[in-house]
Amino acid sequence: MRSKIIFELAKKIEKEANGIRDIKIMHLCGTHEDTITRYNLRSLMPKNLKLLSGPGCPVCIIPDADLQAVFHLIENANVVLTTFGDMARVPFEGKSLFYFKSKGCEVKIVYSIFDALEIAKRSDKPVVHFGIGFETTMPSTALAILDGIENFYVFSSHRFFVPAINHLLSSNIKIDGFINPGHVSTIVGVKAYEKIEIPQVIAGFEPEDVMLAVYQLVKSIKNGENKVFNEYKRAVTYEGNVKAQMVMNEVFERENWDWRGLGVVKDSGGKIRKKYEEYDALKVFEDIFSNFEIKEDPKKRACRCGDVLKGLIEPLECPLFNKVCNPKNPVGPCMVSVEGTCNIWARLGGC
Amino acid sequence: MCLAIIGKVESIEYPFATVNFKGTKKKVRIDLIEDLKIGEYVLVHVGFAIQKVDSREVEQYNEIWENVINSLQ
Repeated sequence: MRSKIIFELAKKIEKEANGIRDIKIMHLCGTHEDTITRYNLRSLMPKNLKLLSGPGCPVCIIPDADLQAVFHLIENANVVLTTFGDMARVPFEGKSLFYFKSKGCEVKIVYSIFDALEIAKRSDKPVVHFGIGFETTMPSTALAILDGIENFYVFSSHRFFVPAINHLLSSNIKIDGFINPGHVSTIVGVKAYEKIEIPQVIAGFEPEDVMLAVYQLVKSIKNGENKVFNEYKRAVTYEGNVKAQMVMNEVFERENWDWRGLGVVKDSGGKIRKKYEEYDALKVFEDIFSNFEIKEDPKKRACRCGDVLKGLIEPLECPLFNKVCNPKNPVGPCMVSVEGTCNIWARLGGC
Repeated sequence: MCLAIIGKVESIEYPFATVNFKGTKKKVRIDLIEDLKIGEYVLVHVGFAIQKVDSREVEQYNEIWENVINSLQ
């Protein structure tokens, strides 16, 4: 039944794209890449339609500077560090948070920031949470800060995703339409994308969802309609989760922050507001960060993770892909995270 | 990272609820959901509910999946 629906949609896409110019559609979520590769949906696309992977993996887009700062903190302060699993495997100069754990540093992997709060309640040490994620995750970090646990701090590497879409539009890769991230959209709502002048579809994560999104995008591109369609109505509303937006904006303000591959993206950084600086690890441990210097990792010179995140190349075009860089021995974060395009292609056989 | 899954609210002890994900039960934060009731479905991401989901749609989905699973047996 499912394959019948998918093949029917493939035929409709083919028909709609017939005779039009070459077009490029970019998705903006690692889970969409997983669906596309797992179900080999690229093989169902017409020859004039290219489905690109964008910067939708929050682990992948965090620049090495953030990672180095966290390494510097745990090397120089007696803290417990909590973070999500994928982040702990990202290497810099051959070291990762798991490396520091093996050397006796207290690094704890949590499923939720609320698990980190429980660790803080039981600990007499400062507990620092390495906060990553887009608008989907930021409200939970905001809530944890608002809980006001006195030995709990956040090192914020959170990024607002919506500004990155505008940034991509000004890049040197011509994109004709976006498949917008489903769960970021649950928080920000359809309205967040309305001023972005390009065809967009907010999509769910089943292969039928993705195929339907592509079909709608081809129709919009063909008709010159710069509109946002919401295919993921079972989870996304026009307004989004207003309470989550309020909590997020209460705790975080926007700054121009760097993204791996994209460079500095205007208003995309999730900086903790001055009002909550007593929970901001950057402020609380500012003495420790005062002698921190950003370095370059020579091992990553050949890594093209940044170009993969911009949709400039596919993983197979990176000289390291599935050779020295593989899921067991990743060089760049796109091979570390299960939502990274390189990791997905290596595990599921993307092409 | 932005993964979220749907579960059914079994009990509420504000700001927490016990949510049943097809047999696996987990305590999640529900601060960001307005007027949540036992028996409703929520989308859960990293331990907190990010949105209520229409019960009829979830039940229809569950029915489709049960049919798929039964057809494989």
